[in-house]
Amino acid sequence: MDGNAQLKILAAKARLGAIIGTYHAKSGHPGGSLSAADIFTYLYFREMNVNPKNPDMNDRDRFVLSKGHCCPSLYAVLALKGYFDWDELKSLRHVGAMLQGHPDMKGTPGIDMSSGSLGQGISAACGMALSAKLDKKDYRVYTVLGDGECEEGQVWEALMFASHNKLDNLVVIVDQNGLQIDGTVEEVAGIEPLDKKFESFGFEVAKIDGHSFDEIADALNKAKNTKGKPFAILMKTVKGKGVSFMENQVGWHGKACNDEEFKIAVKELEDEIARLEVEV
Amino acid sequence: MANAVCKATRESFGMALCEMAKTNNDIVVLDADLAAATKTSIFQKEFPHRFFDCGIAEANMIGVAAGLATAGKIPVAASFAMFSTGRAYEQIRNSVAYPNLNVKIAGSHAGISTGEDGATHQCLEDIALMRTLPGMTVLNPADHFEMMEATKAAVNHTGPVYIRLGRLAIDSFNNPEAYKFELGKGITLHEGNDVAVIASGLVVNEARKAVLALESEGIKARLINIHTIKPIDREIIIKAAKECKQIITVEEHNIIGGLADAVCEVTSSECPVKVTRIGVNDRFGYSGPAWELLEKFGLTEKNIGNVIRQTVKIK
Repeated sequence: MDGNAQLKILAAKARLGAIIGTYHAKSGHPGGSLSAADIFTYLYFREMNVNPKNPDMNDRDRFVLSKGHCCPSLYAVLALKGYFDWDELKSLRHVGAMLQGHPDMKGTPGIDMSSGSLGQGISAACGMALSAKLDKKDYRVYTVLGDGECEEGQVWEALMFASHNKLDNLVVIVDQNGLQIDGTVEEVAGIEPLDKKFESFGFEVAKIDGHSFDEIADALNKAKNTKGKPFAILMKTVKGKGVSFMENQVGWHGKACNDEEFKIAVKELEDEIARLEVEV
Repeated sequence: MANAVCKATRESFGMALCEMAKTNNDIVVLDADLAAATKTSIFQKEFPHRFFDCGIAEANMIGVAAGLATAGKIPVAASFAMFSTGRAYEQIRNSVAYPNLNVKIAGSHAGISTGEDGATHQCLEDIALMRTLPGMTVLNPADHFEMMEATKAAVNHTGPVYIRLGRLAIDSFNNPEAYKFELGKGITLHEGNDVAVIASGLVVNEARKAVLALESEGIKARLINIHTIKPIDREIIIKAAKECKQIITVEEHNIIGGLADAVCEVTSSECPVKVTRIGVNDRFGYSGPAWELLEKFGLTEKNIGNVIRQTVKIK
């Protein structure tokens, strides 16, 4: 049996949740939600010390979704973890709903920081990590950025701050799905060589396949064993991963499925879940 | 006055932070390479482990402050008003005000009294920017004693606060024995019913001198000091509008978006009266010694006195 089968099932369910949420919202960002679904799943089900029964638990590990628009799959992971009911996903982006278009820490249990304006979440993550250092606490802070987001100047201010203050309790994860709204990242405003840039900003860097749980586990363990400097995980991913017609398509950054597309996407993901469940 | 001192409010701010930090371990101060100018250096000297220089990177500084606040700290982020509120406006909106985090933002070198550095550094829009943010408290203290108390009130208040600091050393006029700061409450400094002069910040003392000088001409002007621009003291403004029938606002800020608008927002719906606005008339400043600029822009005793005289004459 595949040791990661349970994680794979959860990640497929997270993808399904993102498709369901954005379909009912008739808007939202499925592409990046799908590319980041595996890292969200791993963080909440294997890595972080959190308690869905006590979302504000002192000294819990923190997560900041700096690329806030990819919250549909994060919401699905939070629902799977037990922070709130799965059915909440169907009211995503609706008037009066708990699940806002971008994360709202005041309204949604499990969300540690409001985010959505790109470049800002990573700074807040630095502040959280600094607070742990000031209080001599050992909780850790994780943040996920988009590769397009790395075009924001504030990201580089935050990276300098993190290494200057030796925030070795901070893990900066970049979801490199290679696409942004106006085209590929390299066409729009290329950011490579990203590993060299992070290294020169004082980070220890791991380059991994963001859809491999073994590689994610390995990189996060390396991060824990790195002292005196912050850690970055640059993960190569597929935007739209898990839904055939969305994979690597720029057009699926910020639109929801129509009825027909919804049926196909749901069937693909449900088939995948059924296949994985047989394996287990 | 026996206790009068001549001090820039930025210095009073630094002193008050230091005083509070002795008993409050949650206070953490951030600056963006201007500690010597904003006077957070006073705090830095005594509490080096709770002071972080973020370098010339204001956007990140505000975000770091937001993160610290989520973990229970009381971060105070300081820079020149132009940069702490202008450069980092969107960070304040989305990372501080929207989640209603307990972050204190200080803007020093506000207004044209910044002087020789000129227009790029003379922020005349900070109060307008901060006032439009839901949940933001906006403070603009007028002298040393008021700034000491306002800083303490800002730290003790739970929620985001913007506090405006001046570069220029100014004479204090409040009596420290009798002074009481109450968040959101204006202070009547002089009674009178001929006209109500409502002032905020550095220019309160100029308005006070003008009002006192006009007594000898038989003009009885009411003077109100508004140290909290948001939430504004509606009661004191409505009462002034009803009893004095005319209002003059005085501020070292663009007349658009600041104290004048805050006062008009109250009077227009509650008790419409004529409001004459003294301030910087929708333009940028320029280089020069602070007092010369204040004089040129009509923000000193002389022009304020003239406007009061004219206003009372045509009443």
